[in-house]
Amino acid sequence: MKRDEIRVGCGAGFSDDRIDPAQEIAEQGALDYLVFECLAERTIARENLARLKDPDKGYTPYLVERFQAVLPACSRNGVRIVTNMGAANPVAAAQAVRREARALGLDEIAVAVVLGDDVTEQIRANPQLALMESGDPVESLLPRMASANAYLGADVVRDALATHAPVVMTGRVSDPSLFLGCMLHGLDWSYEDYPRLAAGTIAGHLMECAAQLTGGCFADPGKKDVANMARIGFPFADIGRDGGLVLGKVEGSGGRLDVMTCKEQVLYEMHDPTSYVTPDCILDVTGVDFEQVAPDRVRVVGARARPRTPTYKVVIGYHDGWIGEGEVGYAGPNALARARLSEQIVRERLQLRGFSYPEMRVDYIGMSSLHGMACGRQEPYEVRLRIAARSPDRKAAQAVGFEMRTLHVNGPAGGGGGTNALREVLGVKSVLLPRALVRTQVLVEGTR
Amino acid sequence: MSIKVHELGHARAGDKGNTSNVSVVAYDDAAWQVLHSQLSVERVMAAYAHIARGPVTRYELPKLRALNFVIENALGGGVTISLAQDAHGKSLSYVMLGIELPG
Repeated sequence: MKRDEIRVGCGAGFSDDRIDPAQEIAEQGALDYLVFECLAERTIARENLARLKDPDKGYTPYLVERFQAVLPACSRNGVRIVTNMGAANPVAAAQAVRREARALGLDEIAVAVVLGDDVTEQIRANPQLALMESGDPVESLLPRMASANAYLGADVVRDALATHAPVVMTGRVSDPSLFLGCMLHGLDWSYEDYPRLAAGTIAGHLMECAAQLTGGCFADPGKKDVANMARIGFPFADIGRDGGLVLGKVEGSGGRLDVMTCKEQVLYEMHDPTSYVTPDCILDVTGVDFEQVAPDRVRVVGARARPRTPTYKVVIGYHDGWIGEGEVGYAGPNALARARLSEQIVRERLQLRGFSYPEMRVDYIGMSSLHGMACGRQEPYEVRLRIAARSPDRKAAQAVGFEMRTLHVNGPAGGGGGTNALREVLGVKSVLLPRALVRTQVLVEGTR
Repeated sequence: MSIKVHELGHARAGDKGNTSNVSVVAYDDAAWQVLHSQLSVERVMAAYAHIARGPVTRYELPKLRALNFVIENALGGGVTISLAQDAHGKSLSYVMLGIELPG
């Protein structure tokens, strides 16, 4: 039966998010739907590599822990779960969820799997498509391509929910669309009803980073204080059939949800506020207003939307060489001069060994690693030298950390706490793919 | 007399590819008047000049008493390939809050 109002909550805002707030909101949130957003831009490329090594892998690493935490309460309270934790292998992720349900002693559960976001074949077949970043054809990236996934929209989430499976597992779906899909299904909204798509999209946009709406990424002691940050509660939204929207969080949880936190989050990762493009619509937030209707309860009005574009945005992950880096720390008298001497030594060592790099970065942590070396910086008591460099050659990249490490014994006086690291780089670039080239599909794992 | 943006408003930084966006939300109407008239594209570009190549675009949201600055070529080539420690540029909101405006 379709309802006049539903409650959709958020259980994660990124792949490494806290787990216990999801359990809290599943148990006490009186939710209808719980959405986990766990895919950063390059995650799928990384998980695709994992899948190539092991065909049962390729989904988000904390999947089991997250489902362990919420499945009992969701099953008891009839809360349906929607998540993009499937990453590069949603079918294997669905099977993992079903295994976990059995291990927890719950009834057999079905998982609806959304397929079709992987558009590697379509990209290979259309090498003329222009990269959004540079305008160059995508052809040059093809030999190094590790993944290509379209940001699917809320319509496929709606279709997956229509199977009545308690869990919906996707790969790449646009973040707000995970939430909007719950509303399309639960409130029986039309996918052409743009005033309602606007309300659902802004609800999803505000909630998709979880705690960033409820006091995370906000505190500035003495200016903007946040209570009980060790126990920040994740947000939920009450959405009416008419598009009315009120945000909230579990009573007694930490954090704060008010007009100030909402204003910061509504502009998060937004460029032109009249044109925030999702697969479902083009959202305009310039008319949005927030009203505190009760403690930790905020009403949102004024979002508008224009019709969706004829394309899907596709993120292409590609191999982009290696990054090598190392650090070493200095403190007390002449700390900065000793760190600067180390920089010179490492540059000379790398040159002596015949390595050169297309890009190298030197940071003086404590002075310049975050905001660059502006004029007039004071010399700190402690400073940590960090050198990082990129190379298509693994050996050249590895040498950076190696030479930093040798400073302990071969470098200036009093250098301590050396570290080094080497990582494979997966870059991402985007193209727009005509919708007609994307074939989505919903598959149900297990029986109802 | 000068005043720091930190006294007038709060800010958050977001990332998309090699572009950073930094919002500034005024604490009240008086602060909004100052931010709206003084926190110009030129002042913002000057503050980020040693970090970002630009250009900088300013969007106004009077209903929210907020400005949104889109700063291009700011994230070391993009989050996934950047050599920076703060590849997302999460800390860049505090460059904005450190800007001094004529009070």
